Amino acid sequence: MSQPTGPASQGHAHKQPAPPPDLMDVTLTINGSRKTLRVAPWTSLLDALRLHLDMTGTKKGCDHGQCGACTVLVDGRRINSCLTLAVMAEGRTVTTIEGLASGDALHPLQEAFVEHDAFQCGYCTPGQICSAVGMLEEGHARTDDDIRELMSGNLCRCGAYPNIVAAIRQVMDSQAQKDGGKP
Amino acid sequence: MRAFSYDRPDSVDAALRGVANQPGTTTEAAVKFVAGGTNLLDLMKADVMRPDRLVDISRLNLDKIEEVDGGGLRLGALARNSDTAYDARVQARYPMLSKAILAGASAQLRNMATNGGNLLQRTRCYYFYDTGTPCNKREPGTGCGALTGVNRIHAILGASDHCIAVHPSDMCVALAALEAIVRVTGPKGERTIPFADFHRLPGDTPHIDSTLAADELITAIDLPAKGFAEHSTYLKVRDRASYAFALVSVAAALELDGQTIRTARLALGGVAHKPWRDPAAEAELAGKPASLENFREASRVLLRDAKGQSHNAFKIGLAERAIVRALAEAAGVEHP
Ligand SMILES: Cc1cc2nc3c(=O)[nH]c(=O)nc-3n(C[C@H](O)[C@H](O)[C@H](O)COP(=O)(O)OP(=O)(O)OC[C@H]3O[C@@H](n4cnc5c(N)ncnc54)[C@H](O)[C@@H]3O)c2cc1C
Ligand code: FES
Ligand code: FES
Repeated sequence: MSQPTGPASQGHAHKQPAPPPDLMDVTLTINGSRKTLRVAPWTSLLDALRLHLDMTGTKKGCDHGQCGACTVLVDGRRINSCLTLAVMAEGRTVTTIEGLASGDALHPLQEAFVEHDAFQCGYCTPGQICSAVGMLEEGHARTDDDIRELMSGNLCRCGAYPNIVAAIRQVMDSQAQKDGGKP
Repeated sequence: MRAFSYDRPDSVDAALRGVANQPGTTTEAAVKFVAGGTNLLDLMKADVMRPDRLVDISRLNLDKIEEVDGGGLRLGALARNSDTAYDARVQARYPMLSKAILAGASAQLRNMATNGGNLLQRTRCYYFYDTGTPCNKREPGTGCGALTGVNRIHAILGASDHCIAVHPSDMCVALAALEAIVRVTGPKGERTIPFADFHRLPGDTPHIDSTLAADELITAIDLPAKGFAEHSTYLKVRDRASYAFALVSVAAALELDGQTIRTARLALGGVAHKPWRDPAAEAELAGKPASLENFREASRVLLRDAKGQSHNAFKIGLAERAIVRALAEAAGVEHP
């Protein structure tokens, strides 16, 4: 997505290539800090994070909304950052995997993923964890089957699924206990 | 992705000005709205869609879900699919719709996808996506790669020699069964489109998906008061348990007097260029006892003109069994 093919590259010799549209300023709050970027309109939020901000924790798997590796939270809700434009996120609050820990203290889901060995290569993990944060916030999961269904947008080529479910389950249960049984 | 320019107008009027003076239907427009972006941006990356300009409508004030006079519910075009599916009124009064939405895509995508965008999502036909192959939907006049190619996921009803693609939406199948009304606004003012008339069959112009004009905006989808909450379901049959498009899906809704069917609604997904409804099949059920035998008969009526392609004839039997099961679940009748 970072390399647009303009009309000029299409070989219409008779047609004047359209001038490239202007770059645009986008201001976002990312993991608590305000950032202003200058991006082309076709820059995905994912590419803005990885290429413009050097925040490579968020991964590109398919770039088509199919794998979940690029999952981040926008205004607290999980989305696929590959299928939205950076310019569409103007003024929004974005949380990535880099923003979940507080200092050296890992987020409970990060802890649980380590404890349960919920990854092998780790490529899907940032997306899995951001997605799980969003899922727990949404509050619709009760059972392991619910977790599987509501996490089905995050693929893991290494097949760490049983341990991913166990890690999320543990955090879900401990949150439920803290909330005094409130789901 | 090709270069394009971007604008984010702050009112419906400004958004309409952004797409004004474009002839034809929305499918053909060079300036396009972007809402959730989950279908349009995907297709732009694949170079299947090549708009010059995007008009971002995602922040317009059309994201509410509101009561309407007469007992219905108005779903804002920009309400997210997830917010719609989990809305307490939708869950209580239109559970079939909630179930259909939650059967589609993933939680992340449903958080982005809007109700209006869901209606206008395009086919997942492999040839439509692959710009190296012929496709009458993508490039009119080039032919249909699927007719003689790989067509396992394609249509068994209402197809033409020009196109055998299917509409991929789950939500739309439930909306068809509910007889929802699409509300749109354009330069000539507002109009309403009955759901059955919103999408079209391919005929010899498969490049046109819907009857929405290029300069019109969907503002809302109205659900009639009748939600069939007691006796309805959405059944989706697919290659994986989750996160896959339907091979066949069924929205089934019944009104029962005891065990006698007063009204039946049946809509099928994954089988045609639009959500498929058939008045004859529904009439077949009216006044009859809710039994497996009658459900089977209705499925035969609905599928009487079904035609398999080289790889998808299995869908005919699959659809028959799915219809029977969905009707049985809706009626609370035991089924094998
Ligand atoms: C990996 C993947 C899996 C999926 N699986 C499923 C599935 O199983 N079932 C299913 O049903 N769907 C599925 N989807 C599709 C998804 O539901 C659609 O992409 C989504 O509903 C589109 O909504 P959007 O708001 O993102 O649309 P956009 O991509 O923003 O827009 C789509 C089209 O609608 C037009 N548009 C949008 N809003 C309006 C409006 N208000 N007025 C006029 N025009 C408008 C745009 O111009 C564009 O042409 C899947 C998508 C992906 C990427
Ligand atoms: S990279 Fe976004 S879903 Fe795969
Ligand atoms: S840990 Fe390797 S892809 Fe999930």
